[in-house]
Amino acid sequence: MIKAKHKTGLVFFPAFDWAISPTHPEREERLLYTQDQIFEEGIFDVEGISELKPDPVTLKDVQRVHFCIPDVWSVTTESHFISAGGAKTIGMAVLDKDIERGFALVRPPGHHANRVVHGARGFCNINIEAIMIEYLREAYNIEKVAIVDTDCHHGDGTQDIYWHDPDTLFISIHQDGRTLYPGSGFPNELGGPNAVGKTLNIPLPPHTSEEGFLYAVQHVIMPILDDFRPDIIVNSAGQDNHYTDPITNMNFSAQGYAQLTSILKPDIAVLEGGYSIEGALPYVNLGIVLALAGIDYTHVKEPDYDPDRIRQAPAVTDAIEKIGETVLAIWQQREHIKHQLMEKTDPGRRSRKIFYDTDGIQESQKEQIQICSDCAGALRIDSTSSRGMHILAVHIPRNACNACRQTGHTWYETADANDFDIILLQDRTEDKYLQKKVN
Amino acid sequence: MIIGLDVGGTHTDVVLLGDNGLENEIKVPTDPSNLFHSVLLGLSEITTGIDPTKIQRIVLSTTLATNAVVQGKIPAVGMIVSSGPGIDPECYCTNPYYFVVSGAIDHRGREIEPVQAAQIHQIEQHLQKEGIRYVGVVGKFSIRNPAHELQIKDMLSNSFEKVFMGHRISGNLNFSRRIATTYLNAAVYPIHKEFYEAVQKSLAAKGLVLPIRLLKADGGNMKFESSIELPAQTILSGPAASVMGAVAFGSENKDTLVMDIGGTTTDMAILINRAPVLDPLGITIGEYKTLIRSLETFSIGLGGDSLVKLSGGELNVGPERLGPAMAYGGPAPTPTDAWFIKGEIINGDREKSFSGFKSLAKSLGISVESVATRVIDVACKNILTAAQQLIDRVNSKPVYTVHELQEGYLVRPKEILVLGGPAPYFAKHLETVSDYKFRVIPRWHVANAIGAALARTTCEVTFFADTEHKFAEAPEEDFSQTIDTHFDSQAAIENAFRLLRDKAIARGANPDFLEMEVVEALQFNMVRGFNTIGKNIRVKVQVKPGLIHGYDEVISKLASR
Ligand SMILES: [Zn+2]
Ligand SMILES: [Zn+2]
Repeated sequence: MIKAKHKTGLVFFPAFDWAISPTHPEREERLLYTQDQIFEEGIFDVEGISELKPDPVTLKDVQRVHFCIPDVWSVTTESHFISAGGAKTIGMAVLDKDIERGFALVRPPGHHANRVVHGARGFCNINIEAIMIEYLREAYNIEKVAIVDTDCHHGDGTQDIYWHDPDTLFISIHQDGRTLYPGSGFPNELGGPNAVGKTLNIPLPPHTSEEGFLYAVQHVIMPILDDFRPDIIVNSAGQDNHYTDPITNMNFSAQGYAQLTSILKPDIAVLEGGYSIEGALPYVNLGIVLALAGIDYTHVKEPDYDPDRIRQAPAVTDAIEKIGETVLAIWQQREHIKHQLMEKTDPGRRSRKIFYDTDGIQESQKEQIQICSDCAGALRIDSTSSRGMHILAVHIPRNACNACRQTGHTWYETADANDFDIILLQDRTEDKYLQKKVN
Repeated sequence: MIIGLDVGGTHTDVVLLGDNGLENEIKVPTDPSNLFHSVLLGLSEITTGIDPTKIQRIVLSTTLATNAVVQGKIPAVGMIVSSGPGIDPECYCTNPYYFVVSGAIDHRGREIEPVQAAQIHQIEQHLQKEGIRYVGVVGKFSIRNPAHELQIKDMLSNSFEKVFMGHRISGNLNFSRRIATTYLNAAVYPIHKEFYEAVQKSLAAKGLVLPIRLLKADGGNMKFESSIELPAQTILSGPAASVMGAVAFGSENKDTLVMDIGGTTTDMAILINRAPVLDPLGITIGEYKTLIRSLETFSIGLGGDSLVKLSGGELNVGPERLGPAMAYGGPAPTPTDAWFIKGEIINGDREKSFSGFKSLAKSLGISVESVATRVIDVACKNILTAAQQLIDRVNSKPVYTVHELQEGYLVRPKEILVLGGPAPYFAKHLETVSDYKFRVIPRWHVANAIGAALARTTCEVTFFADTEHKFAEAPEEDFSQTIDTHFDSQAAIENAFRLLRDKAIARGANPDFLEMEVVEALQFNMVRGFNTIGKNIRVKVQVKPGLIHGYDEVISKLASR
């Protein structure tokens, strides 16, 4: 009889009746062969591994994180509620101590979804990890959260949501943005002025193999996590770094993912991307589950696995060591970097353009953060979309200081109803979401 | 007329059903060391004075296979297992002669690694030398392509009396259960075959020349002849017998909970519109998790004879049983004694019940009557909690589509059917402390035998088609065919129903009343790049478990008399 060393819970929700479009990578078939492998392995018969049924998240759960434009129902489907609910179900089971670790094997994914949502980007509509984390922060006694995004694409949505939050350490390790969607995720993206160094990006060169990933995890991510001391570690467990993935250029493997999971020891893993649905996903998912549960995974190998064939070039190794040093330096010198940042004019403001590739929307954002040493700071987002929506979104963080609360309320209350189509306030101090009447 | 026989731990119950309803009922003691004698005795007594030609059907539910497994009275079996990537197959080792060999198939049924003939021959020689006569051959994903199992069987079959193959057992994916179930089939095969052949022969000697039927754990039956290939299917049919006995009295178009309150345990199951809810994977027997389809049941160690004691100042009922109630000469207080004290049961020594409860009363500082009330309260509370747990378990079964999660059927029984010795007493009290409506089922003391008698022949068929690879198959049925790219889920369902019909009739079903249904029908477009390369189709159909047709009259007579 096999027994799990760590009591592990799984939500498996393959959404067999939902697709972005019939031939889209995010389609019904995506987790079909993963299901076959998981079922054939008898994973749920293993003592200490249980399957949990997801409870969909509520409207309030979504509005705790996002500003959905024009409203939640217009930019989501029921499947997004269930997928986020899968993550939330796992998070609750971990914090209720029903399980020690958990894996939400769900779709659709979420890590490209920003705080403001006009539509779908990178196959994502709402950020399932953030919705889970913010629910857990509301319902349980947790503050410090680390998110390690091991998807091949930069987790730009999660980065956006936690850009200003000093209590959330977001580390994304991904294929270099110069060679892959969404084109961001460079080391100089390191968080807003109130949270400098709490966003860290580790771009890896194309064709990085097991050696490179495990090096970065062991020598960069783990020391930083040990230093940060999070209450929980969340892994955005995308599987598109696999050597067979059709939309990326990396050389990671099932063995590599399993080892990464053993080293990282996440409390909660959430599936993100991964589109080699036959050659990779069945084996990678199995490897992750076994690694979480503390069960031998040495026999989990793709049928065509050949470590020599995917081994990385020496130049790749050098580049990874270099980027590792850069990121470690940012982490160690974050206070110093903050001072430098504050010397710039208007460090609390930024403007940017956001493209929604899945829905073909262009968004322009003007963002203003209240610089504050006592809290994450009140946040004001002025956003216009190519669909003709002009909105104002004000976010007051949980644990906001009085001054920032005041600022947030003033921004909301004094906003001129004639200037915007929608005016919103996300007041986390009271767990409230308000919409102002406009003409 | 129909005979139903159910072997229980202490008694074997036999009923004869006919135009007048329950024509006769017999109880004979069960002799676990000689089940054959108990079964034969029951059958001869019930048929005494009956014209053998009037008997149309004999259904047996026995503990033969279960006892053999639990008591380890099974022969040595050789297991040959091929795996491929995944969990180490050594983890699934069932028995001493367990060999992991080369060969691997993937989820689509493609060969990853071939079988090595030399390796198989070496094992064959070793097993022969050890005198092993029964062998199981199991491959990972063999239900997607049984080629390796068939190949290995071909290499072996002249050397052994019988070789069992994993893909013939169930269409469900679960490698470790496939191994365990194949092992059990091989292990109980000889005793199963010998036993029922002997029963059949003895019956024939009495002029009863008809195929005997055996009850399965899913509450359906199959002819003995068909059971030869899958003898483990008859394991643990006892709980199913009682539940099927209750089916006749369940309400149509409603959810019903069935509760069998015995001496040591209370067993529960759920009926939806008079059809029992099934366990989606299979029954667990001893240490073996299997692919043997069964009813979804829930059991707690609480019954009329459960030990009542104080622990930490609280009254505790069960799960131990030290013996019968004190009123019947038992050693320790029980819920049955509480019913004596309350004056509900009278056919025993009430004084002994009183004396047993005295020390409890003293410790708690309350009267003996109050203790009795509390014991009943605690027992009822535990039973109701367990009922809720079963309902929650059925309702929390994961689903994999948005549609099912939103629209999925949730079981909400309002009515509970009770049977078993203490049932009438418990039912009355349970009704006062819950919102359920309780009904004690008629003839509850032989409901198990009635259930065996009236159960329908059941079976299921799993059908798989892959239009890229241009094949369709139902591995359990030894069926495969080439298909073209237009083959779709509708065609798969039609094919599956045809196979199911043939299978059910071969197993003994009434061809005129086959209640077949689709359990699952999934069709996926397989897309590679931006091209649809084919369809992946999975269909599961079954004969719905339930009661045989043409006996409504008999059933209504069971209820009325
Ligand atoms: Zn990705
Ligand atoms: Zn502040």
